[in-house]
Amino acid sequence: MDNQETNASFSRRLFSLQHVVDETPIIAETPRASIGSQEAIVRKQLTQKIVFGLFWLTGLLAVAVLIGVVGYLLVQGAQVISLDFLLTPPQGGLEGKGGISTTIITTLYLVILTIAIATPLGVGAAVYLVEYAGEMHGRRGLVPVLVSIARLGVETLAGVPSIIFGLFGYVLFVLYMRFGFSLLAASLSGACLILPVIIRTSEEALKSVPKSYREGSLALGTTQLQMIWTVVLPAALPGIITGIVLSVGRVFSETAVFYVTLGGSYRIPTSLLSGGRTMALHVYYLAMDTRAFDKAMGTAAILILIIIIINAIINYITHRVSVSLGR
Amino acid sequence: MSHNGNIKLQIDNYSLFYGDFQALKDINVAFEANKITSIIGPSGCGKSTFIRSFNRMNDLISSVRVQGRIVLDGENIFDLDPVDLRRRVGMVFQKPNPFPKSIFDNVAYGPRMHGVRDRGRLTEIVESSLRSAALWDEVKDKLDKSGLALSGGQQQRLCIARALAVEPELILMDEPASALDPIATLHIEELIQILKEHYTIVIVTHNMQQAARASDYTAFFMMNEDRSGSLVEYGPTEKVFTNPHDKRTEDYITGRFG
Repeated sequence: MDNQETNASFSRRLFSLQHVVDETPIIAETPRASIGSQEAIVRKQLTQKIVFGLFWLTGLLAVAVLIGVVGYLLVQGAQVISLDFLLTPPQGGLEGKGGISTTIITTLYLVILTIAIATPLGVGAAVYLVEYAGEMHGRRGLVPVLVSIARLGVETLAGVPSIIFGLFGYVLFVLYMRFGFSLLAASLSGACLILPVIIRTSEEALKSVPKSYREGSLALGTTQLQMIWTVVLPAALPGIITGIVLSVGRVFSETAVFYVTLGGSYRIPTSLLSGGRTMALHVYYLAMDTRAFDKAMGTAAILILIIIIINAIINYITHRVSVSLGR
Repeated sequence: MSHNGNIKLQIDNYSLFYGDFQALKDINVAFEANKITSIIGPSGCGKSTFIRSFNRMNDLISSVRVQGRIVLDGENIFDLDPVDLRRRVGMVFQKPNPFPKSIFDNVAYGPRMHGVRDRGRLTEIVESSLRSAALWDEVKDKLDKSGLALSGGQQQRLCIARALAVEPELILMDEPASALDPIATLHIEELIQILKEHYTIVIVTHNMQQAARASDYTAFFMMNEDRSGSLVEYGPTEKVFTNPHDKRTEDYITGRFG
């Protein structure tokens, strides 16, 4: 008898729900919402709208800040940006005369050199940590201890302020190894700065390669090295490149490290052992040592444009590479 | 147990431990060449661990320890180089695992790793392997498409072709059809029947109808009280299914547990 009552009230509720479903099509897509009364459903929908609205607002805010900064720089910088500005070297002095041609070239040299040093080291370290040292966890002995120290080191280095890397590079490369203020000293110091980023992102990329790929390869009688080279690294490549892209941006915009390792000469470096001035450094010098604040803005705008363009190019290449790998 | 015909793989007093836990206990059995042997038993009784011993895939787990011998054509596999052993003993996994490469490159992968560089030779190997895996007609016009773009059943046959391409003597299959629909399963079973002409096949299966339909011999595994797995019964499939000599086999097959 109890059952009958329940059944009756249940079908009543079902009927009232049917009415709601007919009226508001959204409910048909979210079956969970069909439990409870009509008011509860309306309330849930309202909550959803408010929360989505908040998400939307925060997203908008983040993008607005970015557009605001870039837009402000572009508008401020536009007054000084010209072909001439891009093609003439800086002339120094309190007025900050001249353009930025040599700093663009120095920046590109430094980025290429730093990435070329850090990528093989970082990817190699990540391969070691994931593929070879992965089983060390929880075991005793000297090697496992060293491996866990290395892991801790990588995690710590990722949070160290860049000026510390600069001072380290200054002491080790500039003074002790007698490289002086030079591209070599700066790119080695810069490589130390971005190594943790490359190691961490490469580690994550390697870890995300499914175990089934590794087993599939080894079961065919490949060595571990063949397996890593032909299956794991290609599958991890998009993730590894993401780390490199992040690092490229980091080197482009880094100032503190290069302030104490690259010197400030605005001539084009003629060898690995000659110093120079990156665009980011030039922005700093212009803003602090000259009255040409507008030129600092212009240089910053160009710097940001170059970063955007280079990221777009690398993303495009990554996309093409992963498409052709997945083919 | 005595068998006619030649023995491909003989397992003597084989035990396997994960750390302190014994997963397999004192297994003695011999598998005949050019036959299909199915391994059945309830979940967790060590079936997969057992066949992963034959190509030493368990070596990848550092806590694993083994006792006893597994003899492949007169040689103890634990005296062989595991890389060389795995070329001779192919494996097809539970979930199809083609590489994110083209169909051609998937099949050519093994031969390339073993030094085959000649494009003409590779093309021959790819075609013959895909034909043996009954996949050639479906993919011959799209060899440069990704292996991942195929259906689940096709992916599994691609993995079989990939294993065949290195010309193994023994093929291990770890529940090869468990992730597939009934029609794809049937395709795989038919394929296995054809493959036994040239290969010795050991197949782990959850599906007893599959074991009854598709195999010549059946090994029934079960857990002991300490949760280690051991072999309860081994014999011609028909006998194991119609007239098992162990009560536990009968109970399992008639569905009283498991």
